[in-house]
Order: sequence, then structure tokens, then C-alpha cells
Amino acid sequence: MAIVFEKPKALTDAVLHYCPGCPHGIIHRLVAEAIDELGIEGKTIGVAPVGCAVMAYDYFTCDMIEAAHGRAPATATGIKRCRPDNIVFTYQGDGDLASIGMAETVHAAARNENITIIFVNNAIYGMTGGQMAPTSLPGQVTQTSPYGRDVKLCGWPIKVCELLATQDGPEYIARVAVNNVKNVKAAGKAIKKAFQNQIEGKGFSLVEVVSACPTNWGMTPQQALNWVESDMLPYYPLGVYKDRSAGKEAETK
Amino acid sequence: MAKVTFKTDLCKGCGLCVEACPKHILAIAKDKINKKGYSPAEMTDQSQCIGCAFCATMCPDCIITVEK
Repeated sequence: MAIVFEKPKALTDAVLHYCPGCPHGIIHRLVAEAIDELGIEGKTIGVAPVGCAVMAYDYFTCDMIEAAHGRAPATATGIKRCRPDNIVFTYQGDGDLASIGMAETVHAAARNENITIIFVNNAIYGMTGGQMAPTSLPGQVTQTSPYGRDVKLCGWPIKVCELLATQDGPEYIARVAVNNVKNVKAAGKAIKKAFQNQIEGKGFSLVEVVSACPTNWGMTPQQALNWVESDMLPYYPLGVYKDRSAGKEAETK
Repeated sequence: MAKVTFKTDLCKGCGLCVEACPKHILAIAKDKINKKGYSPAEMTDQSQCIGCAFCATMCPDCIITVEK
């Protein structure tokens, strides 16, 4: 018998601290599979965020560094400029990348830094207990919006892919999801392409992964994935928003 | 015939593999408790397994190995 599926080598044997059914584990595995397939484990440096994935450095076998809250793209910029032969990626959540780290994200994209960003969007602050995030949907109930997000008071959710794709700088901007097998496989391909772009020196590649937070959404893991399909994906449509080498520029909607 | 093995003690019983299985042959073992205190997923009918690895694709904790 041949092995069809096993744990990728770029993941350590550490037990993930995430809640049951948290898609962070799936996304970690997709990143590790991309590292394995491209054979870059020995020269990859990852930058962990602040948020649920703060301990990502325990889970990847490549070198990892911990950035200050939201500053992962700036940290990655520094590493990549000092060590251009290394492959540098950041793994960030929505509170990290789209809130406190928005400036770093937008400017890294504008400079077309040759780094890879994995952006996990689950529309809530997970680690701190389920507060409203910049990406929380209109009407979404969170700890700090118990009557649902009021867009007149709190503003509208930030669509990171659409925002970054309007810039001239970035090379590759795509949104994927991990709510079913088909989407997980597509997400794996997009993440691999984001790493491949960096190896080829093409520049800034960001993959937004629409994820779930069963615990803070107050749902079972499967209900949460169903909610991603029914509520999140209509607001955050999947697709490639920019792929300069393939001739796809920003579309205005 | 395909074979699915679980690292049962690392299972958190989230049930995503159970939902993903196209043959509906996985289940949460309600009568068992693993080291972490969760009821783990288990295979109920190995002979029906087609080795599609959908369960392993959806497993957040990477505890499933599929052989074919």
C-alpha cells in the first residue's frame, strides 16, 4: 500500500493548541505542504503574528520569528532585504493584518516587497475572546457588538483583497476559503503559487483565506463552515484579484 | 483496499472528517474518551473506504494517514 496522505514534513509533531475544528490547522498544513512541495524548508523564514496563530513558531520546522502586533510585513521586509536568498512568509489574522497592521500591509504591497503573506480572515478576534474585527460582517453578533455590527456606528467591513488589488505594486492577490474539500485544494494551489512567485522574484503575493471561528461564533465546527458558505462568501467573493504576470489587473466593481 | 489510521489521542472530536466522508463510514466514538478528554473520530467500516483522503484534507489537526 502506498501512502496517499500524511502529515507534511514541514510541520512539527507539536500538538496544535487551537480549539476543536479550528481551520487554522488546515491552513498551517497547506503552508507546510507548499514548503514541502517546493523543497524550501531549509531556507524559509516565517513570521508569526499576534493572535490565535501567535505560537505558529512551534508548529513549523522552518525558522520562525515573532513580530509585534501587526508588524509582520515590516519584519518580513527587513528579513527579506537582509537575506534575499531566503524565502520569507508571514501568517496573519484579520485583527493583526487588517486592523493594527493595515499600514504595514498596504505599504509592503505598495513597495511590492518580495514576500508572501498568508492572511486568515475569520471575521472576529479569536484569541482575545470574540470581539468585533475590521472584517466582521454587517449585523454580525460579537462580544463588542451584541446587537449585531451597526455599520452606521462601526463602519463597513474592510475587503483587503479588493483594497490591495487597486494598487499598482502587488504581484498576486487572491482570496480562497477552507470550508470544504474543493476549496481547501484550491487554497493549497493559491498558497503554493504565492511561494512560487517569491522564488521567481515576482514580488508581493497575498493569499486571503476565508476561515471560521467555531468557538467565538458560538457554533459547532461544521455549522461554522456552513456559515462561511452562506454568509461570508457572498460578502467576500473568492477569486484571483490580481495576477500581474498573468495579465490580470484590478477589476473595479 | 484503502486504509485510514487516526492518531486517536490527538483527536479533538470536531467531526469535520465525519462530515467530509463521502461514504459516511466515519463516526465520533461517543463511548470512548481519549487522552485529551475528547470523544475521538473512528472508522466504522474499513472495507468501504475508497481512499479519497477527504477526511484527512479537512482534519485541522493532521492526525489522519491514508494508505491505498
